[in-house]
Amino acid sequence: MNQLSLDHAGAAIEFNKNEPRVDWHDETLWFVRTKRDRAAAQVPEWEQLREAASQIKNYSLSNMHDLLEQFEQNAIKNGITVHWAADADEHNKIVHGIIQKAGADRMVKSKSMLTEECHLNDYLTRHGIEVIDSDLGERIVQLRGEPPSHIVLPAIHLTKADVGDTFHKHLGTDAGATDPQYLTEAARQHLRDTFLTRKVALTGVNFAIAETGGFVVCTNEGNADMGVHLADVHIAAMGFEKVIPRAEHLGVFLRLLARSATGQPITTFSSHFHRPRPGQEMHIVIVDNGRSRQLGRPDFRNSLKCIRCAACLNTCPVYRRSGGFSYHSAVAGPIGSILAPNLDMKLNADLPFASTLCGSCSNVCPVKIDIHDQLYKWRQVLMQEGYGPGSKTAAMKTMATVLESPRLYRMAGKIGRGVLRFAPVTVENKFNPWYTQREMPEPPAESFRDWYINNKKS
Amino acid sequence: MYFCTYVLPKQMMNVGLFIPCYIDQFYPQVAIATLKLLEKVGCTVTYPLQQTCCGQPMANSGYEHLTGGCNDNFVRNFADCDYIVSPSGSCTLHIKHHLHATNETAATAIRSRIYELTEFLTDVVQVKTLEAAFPYRVGLHQSCHGQRGLHLAQMSELMAPPFSKPGQLLSMVDGLELVQLDRRDECCGFGGTFCVTEEAVSAKMGKDRVADHLRHGVHYITGVDVSCLMHMEGILKRANSTVQVRHIAEILTATL
Repeated sequence: MNQLSLDHAGAAIEFNKNEPRVDWHDETLWFVRTKRDRAAAQVPEWEQLREAASQIKNYSLSNMHDLLEQFEQNAIKNGITVHWAADADEHNKIVHGIIQKAGADRMVKSKSMLTEECHLNDYLTRHGIEVIDSDLGERIVQLRGEPPSHIVLPAIHLTKADVGDTFHKHLGTDAGATDPQYLTEAARQHLRDTFLTRKVALTGVNFAIAETGGFVVCTNEGNADMGVHLADVHIAAMGFEKVIPRAEHLGVFLRLLARSATGQPITTFSSHFHRPRPGQEMHIVIVDNGRSRQLGRPDFRNSLKCIRCAACLNTCPVYRRSGGFSYHSAVAGPIGSILAPNLDMKLNADLPFASTLCGSCSNVCPVKIDIHDQLYKWRQVLMQEGYGPGSKTAAMKTMATVLESPRLYRMAGKIGRGVLRFAPVTVENKFNPWYTQREMPEPPAESFRDWYINNKKS
Repeated sequence: MYFCTYVLPKQMMNVGLFIPCYIDQFYPQVAIATLKLLEKVGCTVTYPLQQTCCGQPMANSGYEHLTGGCNDNFVRNFADCDYIVSPSGSCTLHIKHHLHATNETAATAIRSRIYELTEFLTDVVQVKTLEAAFPYRVGLHQSCHGQRGLHLAQMSELMAPPFSKPGQLLSMVDGLELVQLDRRDECCGFGGTFCVTEEAVSAKMGKDRVADHLRHGVHYITGVDVSCLMHMEGILKRANSTVQVRHIAEILTATL
């Protein structure tokens, strides 16, 4: 069953058919959450850092226009070519154009969630360009024909055995091999050839600095550097919200990013790019793709503060038990659920409901996005815009009519309890989702109100 | 008629008791325990008889625009109370954040005067001792809306000093042994209509939460929200477990 074609609840049913696997997925990501807790606890000013990051991002969102122009001017001064893309399609065309101009038919790409959002790989493949993802996790899922299931740990849904099978099929490793060192070595040899032979390399951007016109790319594998250092053309793709005012602000964000993401003090590589090396071409593609629209929504604009650390995915009790594919969107988890409706309300109307509104996501967020409040607000917008099923709207109207009338409420309560007491089979059956894995509460003979009138009221 | 002053000696505290609909209908013993507890610490308690529901089931489903009737009814019932106290973190949070009504002045006053039971006891009444005994191993489920919404206890995600209002009250109960859980504040997966619309994840979350308590050998699971407890009770019963759930008010009024 292809989880991506189902709504969140449907995909979660599929995911939960293998309970030991759900336990493994939950525990793996919970382990990352606990690593984050330990790393954060070692920074005495952690909460102040979050506040500082939040305020810098708020400033950036409020001054987006000026910061982007400043960034563009400085980047051009540095010898970088700057492109503007209004949407995913324009982004893909710009990248394709640069590759064509370089006379290449192959490209190596390090991690970029933006290119996932724009479906760049599909586009380029359709146009005869071969793309190899150089992040190990991304390469694994690419070989399997899957999208990443997590924005930082793309192959977190796979076990060592799954990776062994994939490499056996595509890279010719021994059947049944699960030794991480052996498998990593096979990937290393395979990617080394890619790095040496690609003339065009694409990277993402973690932070674009308006003050300098430079940008920073964070990786743990050094694969971004390996790609661009050997390529004649470096393309960097960024959503416009990646811009920050000054270089000194990196001192806030770089301390928060890796600690929030994986519990590391800092990513192994924080690569600063300012200008092309002699003989190299450097391009930056700045993408909107709905971001202006989101910036214009007062309730949802601060979702653009996101630095893609995935702490909210790791802590989310729903994500851990439904898997990344259940969100059928490039960015999964709580943050994905508040970003995706902006891109397509109809397609993503289920996502803000894939939450208990427990609020853990907002608390781990290093830039203090009020994620769970936005999930609540998206629910209101989506239902008012008519993206809820008619049956749900009808049920809610009935419920409201009963609950706003003391008389109807008491009557319904009495009938409900009576049914449960004397004809439990009417609710204790397979059509009641509560009853699938849970017993019903035992209904008492009298409500509290009845008791109060009989015993207390004077 | 009630006095509308904010600082009152506690024997004069006129408390309006707000009992969420599902507690009224399915868990009257929790409401009775709450009433007894508030009277025991010296409050004068009234239960307005025409109350129904806070409107949260509709609002969390994306239909806050249908809660006007519930809101007006809530205001009619509670506008005259000095304090409104409820044995539910979740319903209290909903009123605090989302109560708006035709009589907006009254709604605003209610939003600032509603308390969840344990925070009312620790912060307003400032209870220092309780005559209660419950000689069992107890696991405390930190219901999310009470904890992260009302800040009834410190949250594991934040790097900040620990505190727990429910824990503070449970420590006053003779013989009660509070266990430490592996995941001290993970959600149980009830989530309102989430429990049926996302049944697979909801039930799995509930099973995992219950398992944490069982691993630590609890006799009882307690908490400040009956909704979470009802969900976990359903899972315990399906597994034929002898472990039971008790709302914190039932434990704080328990005697040998």
